[in-house]
Amino acid sequence: MATGTFAEKGADLELVGIQKRFPGFTAIESLDLFIPEGSFFALLGPSGCGKTTTLRLVAGLEEPTAGRILIGGKDVTSTKPFQRPVNTVFQSYALFPHMTVLENVAFGLRRRSIASPVEKAHEALRLVELDHLAARKPGSLSGGQQQRVALARAIVNRPALLLLDEPLGALDLKLRRQMQLELKDIQTEVGLTFLHVTHDQEEAMTMADTIAVMNKGQIEQMGAPEELYELPRTAFVANFLGQSNLFTGQVSGTTPDALTVALGSASITVPVARAPRRSGTVTVGVRPEKLTLLTSAPVAEAGRNVLGSGRVVDVSFSGVSTQYVIAIPGAGDVVVFAQNMVFGPVVHVGAEVWVSWAVEHGFGLEDAPDEVAAGVHDAAVAAGLDDSGFDSEPALEKA
Amino acid sequence: MAFTAFSTPTSTAAEPAVRKRSWIALVLLLPGILYLLLFFIAPLISLIFTSFQQPVIDGDIGQYSAGFQWQNYTDAVGQYLPLIFRAFGYAILATVFALVISYPMAYFIGVKMRRWPLAQSLLLTLVIAPFFISFLLRTLAWKQIFSDEGPVVPVLKALSVLPTDGHITGTPFAVVFGLTYNFIPFMTLPLYAVLERMDVRYIEAGADLYASPWTTFRKVTIPLSMPGIVSGTLLTFIPAAGDYINASNDFLGSSQTSMVGNAIEANFLVLQNYPIAAALSIVLMAVILIIVGIYVRRAGTEDLI
Ligand SMILES: Nc1ncnc2c1ncn2[C@@H]1O[C@H](COP(=O)(O)OP(=O)(O)OP(=O)(O)O)[C@@H](O)[C@H]1O
Ligand SMILES: [Mg+2]
Repeated sequence: MATGTFAEKGADLELVGIQKRFPGFTAIESLDLFIPEGSFFALLGPSGCGKTTTLRLVAGLEEPTAGRILIGGKDVTSTKPFQRPVNTVFQSYALFPHMTVLENVAFGLRRRSIASPVEKAHEALRLVELDHLAARKPGSLSGGQQQRVALARAIVNRPALLLLDEPLGALDLKLRRQMQLELKDIQTEVGLTFLHVTHDQEEAMTMADTIAVMNKGQIEQMGAPEELYELPRTAFVANFLGQSNLFTGQVSGTTPDALTVALGSASITVPVARAPRRSGTVTVGVRPEKLTLLTSAPVAEAGRNVLGSGRVVDVSFSGVSTQYVIAIPGAGDVVVFAQNMVFGPVVHVGAEVWVSWAVEHGFGLEDAPDEVAAGVHDAAVAAGLDDSGFDSEPALEKA
Repeated sequence: MAFTAFSTPTSTAAEPAVRKRSWIALVLLLPGILYLLLFFIAPLISLIFTSFQQPVIDGDIGQYSAGFQWQNYTDAVGQYLPLIFRAFGYAILATVFALVISYPMAYFIGVKMRRWPLAQSLLLTLVIAPFFISFLLRTLAWKQIFSDEGPVVPVLKALSVLPTDGHITGTPFAVVFGLTYNFIPFMTLPLYAVLERMDVRYIEAGADLYASPWTTFRKVTIPLSMPGIVSGTLLTFIPAAGDYINASNDFLGSSQTSMVGNAIEANFLVLQNYPIAAALSIVLMAVILIIVGIYVRRAGTEDLI
């Protein structure tokens, strides 16, 4: 029997016009995606948005209703799962209950006749710190241990394309950080392509080269983590990935560099380059940590937006920073994250305050005004359903 | 499902700490134990006694007295050894055929038809449907079908599959066919019970890990359905080994196809040689126990599962 070898490098993944319909339900409307070889690509999105379905399509466990899938430039749309150079860490683990942990991990190696499968399986188990449980059956492991076995079973194959469906969800924070580092090592060492589905925004931001935010079977926005965070294109992304203050108003003036939006009696300026919609009713936003809280009316200053005055309606202390909610007439509730430079909150509920931020920190949304509310709603629902929403705002979780 | 009970040789040693629980367990087991004592252990002891009886000198035919005639066993085995072998040979063949026919059927109904529960129930009903007609009648019907005047023999003769003076009834083929046919539902139902509950995600995981459909079937599906295979084969093999209907002259067999069950029947009911019949029964039971014991033990270990 011929001896198999590991992939020497990663493979590109290209999805062209993918659509997936289940009887009575369209899980993916239309998906185009290109993931270059050797990249770490994270797919983020609320529960039920089609992340697992996307991975299953790539793995060949589901057939697309329309569209093509190319791996390493080869059209694999009609090939069987076992013929694809892909391995999956399943969300449900799917460890073979009748085999030992070791045999589970060695399974893929044996199928491809890779040399010394047992040693390689032990090595992979050591990586996830479970070698001492190699002889056990999966049924006798804890959830987190099973998840690590699932991880070992997939990465031991060093596939050109690895699909990870929330591979670290059941692990505690410390173990999760450690596994993240190891995954990143493996990925960069051989230059494999990773497609990583996660609920954990921080995980996505720290690990991925590119993040795609998915909602309702469509990719809302895709880009480098900083780009996605600093320049969200839709209300959904602005509020799903971190938190944003959004303001909707009429464009009242344009200069070659800046766009001014009227907001009641006040106005907000954003750089033209950061605003895709430049006329009519537009929505602009700014991240809460970009805001400065002022207790006296600031002197008007070029390059800064000022809103106020308003009243502090809520203060919540969370260690590193404090979140203030300020009701500003005409602008609604504005959220401010302020570093705790002194002991305790700087202002208290009821205080009269102003907020200001640098014009270049503002961003405009692509969303039409009527889409904004839906996007905000979806993001709020997602945050309510999964605990990594608003609460685990990256700036806060670093604590 | 009751069928899977066979496959799990439970070894729950009673913990001394949980006295109370074992007491409750005893109460729950009591009816079963009483039943077994009354209807299994007692007749078994009586049967053992019978197997050692000796003929009454100058007595009537069928008159025996208590004794310790070990010779009954050597006589019985010596006289009927070929029938014992034949019984187990036929039973093994029938079990294998039933498994080969039932597995795809159970897989289709239990896995492929999952999205249509109504069709599943319908197909299962069809599997059990033969039970609505008496076992004897069904076997007689097959005798008619396979008889020299029936529809099958002339066709086979015309096709030269069967020689011009050939028969089907009375041949080993007919007997094994009858056994297979009659016991197939006992094989299909336990197989269905495990396959219907089997998580297809394991099959997907196999495919994801480079296993072809055939390899996945061998390495994942079969081991996961082992409880059903063990129950089904036992439910088929045990009654088939002791069966005396299919192989009898009146049904699908002939004197050339007699199984040990036929010998037991003849000795009990016709020859009235009760000790020999009893000895044969004990031998049959012992051999079945040994075979099943080895089988279940092997099935519980890594090399089969
Ligand atoms: N076999 C199926 N038949 C019908 N609908 C399905 C099927 N599989 C998935 N769906 C639906 O498709 C949608 C997307 O499912 P998917 O499993 O891809 O979600 P997800 O993004 O992975 O969610 P989660 O984060 O909760 O894992 C869901 O609404 C789900 O109900
Ligand atoms: Mg999922």
